Amino acid sequence: MTSPRKPLDGFRDRLCRPAGLGRTVALLIPYGWLLLFFALPLLIVLKISFSESLLAIPPYSPLVEWVDDATLQIRLSLANFQQLLQDDLYVVAYLNSIKVAAVSTAVCLLLGYGMAYGIARSAARWRYLLLMLIVIPFWTSFLIRVYAMIGFLKDNGLVNNLLLGLGVIDQPLAIMHTAWAVYIGIVYSYLPFMVLPIYAALDRLDPSLLEAAGDLGARPWKAFLRVTLPLSMRGVIAGSLLVFIPAVGEFVIPELLGGLGTPMIGRVLWSDFFANRDWPVASAVAVAMLVLLVVPVMLFDRYGARSLRERR
Amino acid sequence: MAIGVASGLQDKPWTDPSARPYVRIEGLSKSFGDVAAVTGVDLDIFRGEFFALLGASGCGKTTLLRMLAGFEEPSSGKIYIDGVDMAGIPPHRRPVNMMFQSYALFPHMTVAQNVAFGLQQERLPRREVADRVRQMLDLVQIGGLARRKPDQLSGGQRQRVALARSLAKRPKLVLLDEPLGALDRKLREQTQFELVNIQEKLETTFVVVTHDQEEAMTMASRICVMNAGMVEQVGTPHEIYEYPISRFVADFIGDANLFDGVVDATGTGSTRISSADVGDIVVEGGGAAAGAPVTVMVRPEKIQVLAPEAPDPGFNTGEGIVREIAYLGGMSVYHLELPSGKRIQLARANLMHTAETPIGWDDRVRFHWHPANGVPLLA
Repeated sequence: MTSPRKPLDGFRDRLCRPAGLGRTVALLIPYGWLLLFFALPLLIVLKISFSESLLAIPPYSPLVEWVDDATLQIRLSLANFQQLLQDDLYVVAYLNSIKVAAVSTAVCLLLGYGMAYGIARSAARWRYLLLMLIVIPFWTSFLIRVYAMIGFLKDNGLVNNLLLGLGVIDQPLAIMHTAWAVYIGIVYSYLPFMVLPIYAALDRLDPSLLEAAGDLGARPWKAFLRVTLPLSMRGVIAGSLLVFIPAVGEFVIPELLGGLGTPMIGRVLWSDFFANRDWPVASAVAVAMLVLLVVPVMLFDRYGARSLRERR
Repeated sequence: MAIGVASGLQDKPWTDPSARPYVRIEGLSKSFGDVAAVTGVDLDIFRGEFFALLGASGCGKTTLLRMLAGFEEPSSGKIYIDGVDMAGIPPHRRPVNMMFQSYALFPHMTVAQNVAFGLQQERLPRREVADRVRQMLDLVQIGGLARRKPDQLSGGQRQRVALARSLAKRPKLVLLDEPLGALDRKLREQTQFELVNIQEKLETTFVVVTHDQEEAMTMASRICVMNAGMVEQVGTPHEIYEYPISRFVADFIGDANLFDGVVDATGTGSTRISSADVGDIVVEGGGAAAGAPVTVMVRPEKIQVLAPEAPDPGFNTGEGIVREIAYLGGMSVYHLELPSGKRIQLARANLMHTAETPIGWDDRVRFHWHPANGVPLLA
């Protein structure tokens, strides 16, 4: 005779079975990581964005407070978000950030697609060398690479000296501290993130598909438009998101290379946090940026990616 | 398999020296680096033919097909299609369509879009494209699958889409690379006849690459047997099977018994050859010099079992011990060991449920073949 099973037996079995236990642990690690280092900080920032600035440590008002012995008071201040809409500085910075990120993404896409296509088409013995050349800059710190760009772009830097030496120009070009420098910096820094996913998509492409397109009468550019491009679209989208999203919030590049003419939201955020010590407004800036970026990406993932899957 | 008779096409254009071939291949060679894939191929293929390039993998048949399609440039030699030199003409400007071994269906397009692709390149009106797509899908009997994606199809259905796509532009020449290679045996046999019917209905020229000799025999009007990048023999399935010109062809197509010997005497209309294995061999035809070495091929089903009381014919005869019996249902193949130690194969149709003279293991069997059934091989 067997004893009747209690309601929790199944759960305990699953948890304690060796394989089940391993599975649970394996799942706990990534979820725990995400919870601790992503969800929790995000919630803290969200919390601060609803508080008021104080001259104290920490420099913001508590969200939840005992007013007297029997009253728990939650104060949600929306003033910070209101300020984002009212102060031109923030609106201009957001719009400019999106413009800079969009243009940089477009330039990265044009350059990166060409590079990825070239690598995918090159002889096998060259391919890994070329891929290495794309990856090697990552071996140096991002910050150092951006600093090094100053040496290239400044008035008596490499580019100007070269152009002056060749006689192309007789006055040094003012590149540093302009939008040009920011664009050059972002495109240079983020290009690998565009090249690699597009290369991966092109590498998977069966070459006989292009032969079939040619055989059916498609000129090479037509075969590219109707076969290569749609089948590499996943790489294009992945690369574009990998460039666009960090470029919107970019701080280091506009700070080091840009001037006052290129307000970007990352710089505004930084000065609110560290120069003004206004954590609540800075947190509101961060939350607004997240919503601005995440919502369209999620919508795209829901609808765009699905239609892409169906096309596969 | 008669071809194109009803359409007014000549039945056997290759027998008419004045007929103009649709495809003419002259001295065609192709090497990749140091490796010669195709060497000195000359071929004429006529309008309306179902022409098979047959050979083991790596014999150069696919490279030859790819040169016809324009995917590979010949290292030397010429290809003329309908009298036009194809040198330097890219694939998209050739009057040729190909069905790929992997099918190469566009995974992001539906079945209908795949079939329409070639027609759209010709800038046909939308309505005409749709009509033609429907016709093609009906022709290959997958009209109901137009909206499916290739990954929602079975292997046999994909094969039909690939075929429909290669036929959609009504090309005068269709190249098929192992068109039935990925199908299972039953489906392959059905599809063989369908392919021939479609080819007759459309009156196009098919050039098909295959490694399957049965497939080539069933479908083709003529077969080109290739070996190591060269053409061994071109002929109708009947010619290739009954009159192979080389050891390679004799061995590659069907089973063959090969007897080595030396020409003894040449008479009028027949030649006597002496062989260590079966004594005297007589074959039809003359002209060989006495003393020349020669190999005679006899197909297993063309060797008869002699009754014990039958008189000794004196030539083309011998006796052997049965070492193996392969029962194939419709026929049985007996492996005989001759006194010289050579093994030969002898096939008998199983005409009755019970044979009158059953042959068992270790039986002594006398055999004989008619002089017309021995084929002297040139190489």
